Amino acid sequence: MLRFLGFRLLRAIVTIVLVVTFAFVVLRLSGDPALLIMSVDAPPEAIAAFRAAWGLDDPLWVQYIRYFNAIFHGDLGRSMRDGRDAIVLVTERIPATLALTLPALAIKIGIGVPAGVYAALHRNSLADRMVMVMAVAGFTIPSFVLGLILVLVFAVQLGWLPSGGQESWRHAILPVITLGVGGAAVLARFTRSAMLEVLGQPFIRSASAKGVPWAAVVRNHALPNAAIPTVTIIGFMVGSLIAGAVVVESVFSWPGVGRLLVVAVANRDLAVVQCILLLVAMTMVIANLIVDLLYGALDPRLRATRTAGAH
Amino acid sequence: MTAPLLEAKGLVRRYVMRRGVFGRTVPVEAVAGVSLDLRVGETLGLVGESGCGKSTAGRLVLGLETPDEGSVRFDGAPMPEPGTDAWRKLRARMQLVFQDPLGALDRRITIGEQIAEPLVIHATPGDHAARVAELLTSVGLREEQASRYPHELSGGQRQRAVLARALATEPALIVADEPISALDVSIQAQVMNLLADIQARRGTALLFISHDLRVVRQVSHRVAVMYLGKIVEEGDPDGVLQEPAHPYAQALVSAIPAPGRQGKRIVLQGDPPSPADRPTGCAFHPRCAVAVAMCREVSPALKPRASDGRLVACHLVHGDAVSLKVAA
Amino acid sequence: MRDVPLVSVRDLRVGFDGLPAVRGISLDVGMGEAVGLVGESGCGKSVTWLAALGLLPKSAQVAGSVKLAGEEILGAAPHVLDSVRGGRIAMIFQDPASSLNPVHRVGAQVVESLRLHRGMRGGAARAEAKRLFDLVGIPDAARRLDAYPHELSGGQNQRVMIAIALAGQPELLVADEPTTALDVTIQAQILELLGALRRDLGMALVLISHDLGVVAETCDRVCVMYAGRIVEEAPADALFHAPSHPYARGLLGALPPIDGPRRPLAAIPGSVPDPNAMPPGCAFAPRCAHHIAACDSAVPGLRPMGLDRRAACIRAEAPVRAALVPA
Repeated sequence: MLRFLGFRLLRAIVTIVLVVTFAFVVLRLSGDPALLIMSVDAPPEAIAAFRAAWGLDDPLWVQYIRYFNAIFHGDLGRSMRDGRDAIVLVTERIPATLALTLPALAIKIGIGVPAGVYAALHRNSLADRMVMVMAVAGFTIPSFVLGLILVLVFAVQLGWLPSGGQESWRHAILPVITLGVGGAAVLARFTRSAMLEVLGQPFIRSASAKGVPWAAVVRNHALPNAAIPTVTIIGFMVGSLIAGAVVVESVFSWPGVGRLLVVAVANRDLAVVQCILLLVAMTMVIANLIVDLLYGALDPRLRATRTAGAH
Repeated sequence: MTAPLLEAKGLVRRYVMRRGVFGRTVPVEAVAGVSLDLRVGETLGLVGESGCGKSTAGRLVLGLETPDEGSVRFDGAPMPEPGTDAWRKLRARMQLVFQDPLGALDRRITIGEQIAEPLVIHATPGDHAARVAELLTSVGLREEQASRYPHELSGGQRQRAVLARALATEPALIVADEPISALDVSIQAQVMNLLADIQARRGTALLFISHDLRVVRQVSHRVAVMYLGKIVEEGDPDGVLQEPAHPYAQALVSAIPAPGRQGKRIVLQGDPPSPADRPTGCAFHPRCAVAVAMCREVSPALKPRASDGRLVACHLVHGDAVSLKVAA
Repeated sequence: MRDVPLVSVRDLRVGFDGLPAVRGISLDVGMGEAVGLVGESGCGKSVTWLAALGLLPKSAQVAGSVKLAGEEILGAAPHVLDSVRGGRIAMIFQDPASSLNPVHRVGAQVVESLRLHRGMRGGAARAEAKRLFDLVGIPDAARRLDAYPHELSGGQNQRVMIAIALAGQPELLVADEPTTALDVTIQAQILELLGALRRDLGMALVLISHDLGVVAETCDRVCVMYAGRIVEEAPADALFHAPSHPYARGLLGALPPIDGPRRPLAAIPGSVPDPNAMPPGCAFAPRCAHHIAACDSAVPGLRPMGLDRRAACIRAEAPVRAALVPA
């Protein structure tokens, strides 16, 4: 088990380093922050001074080493725009993002899983078909389209809810729904197929054959097995709690991490972009680790074999 | 006496098995020293329970896997390295037929195209369509079934199609790995008859791998019983079935369910051990009713029995040790 | 004993998507009797019992009658069926490894049955589970209770399935190809166990198998099924020494002999009829060597062939004494 954890941890670190390196290189190759921040017609001396101040005139590999050295000392750099610590800029936006993504996650799980289970249990019924139609619609419509439709209907036409901003909880309703619907659709489909797969297994029939009432067959025999693949998808959703709302935050002008990322990329605000990507990579990796551990808890076949069955 | 078509000596095949997902790896000898030979027109039945290494032995003699020790000679020449031209040429002369005919056939291609495939691969000259029709008839299918897809045929017909494909290149050797286990009883008989018929007409050598002693007796000229990677008894089928010498062969014979079978059945205790936990000495000794101390320590060699020359690997049979109990 | 059958199946019919799989089965199982159901895949031998116990998917069309000690259980309310299943009639299946829930310990799966049918919980249930494990010959029973199915061999898993079946103290155990997935020597162990349990517990047994040998050894009476119908029913010994129906004869002829000269097997030509295109009369007629024109006019019913056997063939005759010489 320790070996397993160690291996996973090592893989996680490699993943994070790769993500950060990739971001580092791409950002520096795709535009000059000095020009973007100072504007193109700034005097060349000013631009040179800016570059020198931020260490942009050093060779790429020198910048890279300096950057990683700083990370290991807990310094994620400062924003080139206002000089504040990137980590502070990012962390103060996290609550706003979580205010959208956590309720959205609740919607995804709260609606997606029961809908999928219900559809599987009533396969080919009208309800099943309706769930599937909604699920297909839910994940084929891009979130910016859905967001705009919701704004048009509920904000512009009906005037029930605000179309953007962060002033009250009512402002969160449309973005949360926009975020939640797609995920609920994915989860419903996934849960349904996981349940159908399990319901077709011989052990479900043998549970019925030993007199277990159907509700208990579903609860004690089908669900624990169907949970195993479903957890993967939920884990992925947990992993995207921080970065999963980029589009929706932009559509609804919600001042979260996602919008910060969009602005920072546009400005080549290197430290901020890298800080966000590091954070995203870390949440993804941690979510994955949790999923792996949950697998072990849910599926005894994935645990180290004990001696009980050995010959 | 003619030289055997196939001659395998001292084959050993090791795998690395992981114990559990996080466990350590253990070396496993799936085949632990198997020698066998096969003449033109002969059938050798290889019997044993799952995990005894019989399928691995089949792939080793075909050169589909390379033995870690030992050698395979086919038609007087050593088995070429896998992937070489010589090895690829040899594929046309030896064929493998296995249990699941549906898995062996491509669902998207017609039966006829699949039977013609080996002709195309090995660039056989002549009219392929006529050859396919001839092959179909020879396995008891109708010519027009060439245009059918695998799912349109029954299980028995599919196994016939697989056999037709195997026969396309006129192989000298066919290794049939549980070729009838997935078929219904009445269809099993059809395929067994077909195999015997093909052999009689073409002189094909056949290595017939099965868990079923009755079936093996029906089709084989010689039978070898495997246990945990080794042959424990080899001889003529009637001799082995009526008067098995090795205690494991005795148990196997007595386990055959048969209407009106007489006498008390020997029921072996426990499960066959995993090759990863190979017992010392004779691998069968923990389940053997007549084992003595020597069986725990010394691995018995497969050698001819004094009375009739049947090959047996058992200390007691050869009188190298004397049991206090009497074999049932 | 046959006057009050434990289970009485009458004209059971099962269809899937309009295609009949079972075409009218009538069958009695007496108290403590061992009945074998033999036939090839798709003949309806398993479906018959899955239908009787309400274990088929809802899409299956089931008609007829299945009475347990005189009471109708076909289409009974769920709570009635739940107490019958595992309680009065237990069933075990072909593939023991996948018939056990992979995420629960095997002991817990036995305890579940004990709780449902005997109201046992906690330490008492665990003690009883251990006793059952001992009874079915699982070595080191106390420790194996905590094992998961994947940690046990196929033979041990089938023993666990049998322990679960015994937990409800059933009057009838339906074993659906219980040894097909197992090795020959393990098959022998399981058949011995089933035989011993039946003798000791006085439980009736229905053994469903494609293997005539397995059925012959274990059962008193055998029903041979073909294309959804019983074509012959006879005491096991009589059937194997002198089968009446040409299909039963064909099945025996297709079995490679253990001794005697080796000659080509008397294989049954052709294959089972397509359920979409059933022959008009006897379903076996197209493969039958004794086929005459009259065979195609109507489906032959089961006719008595002597004292205690029946065959569904217009050409079958009651076996003469001479035929009873062992083949």
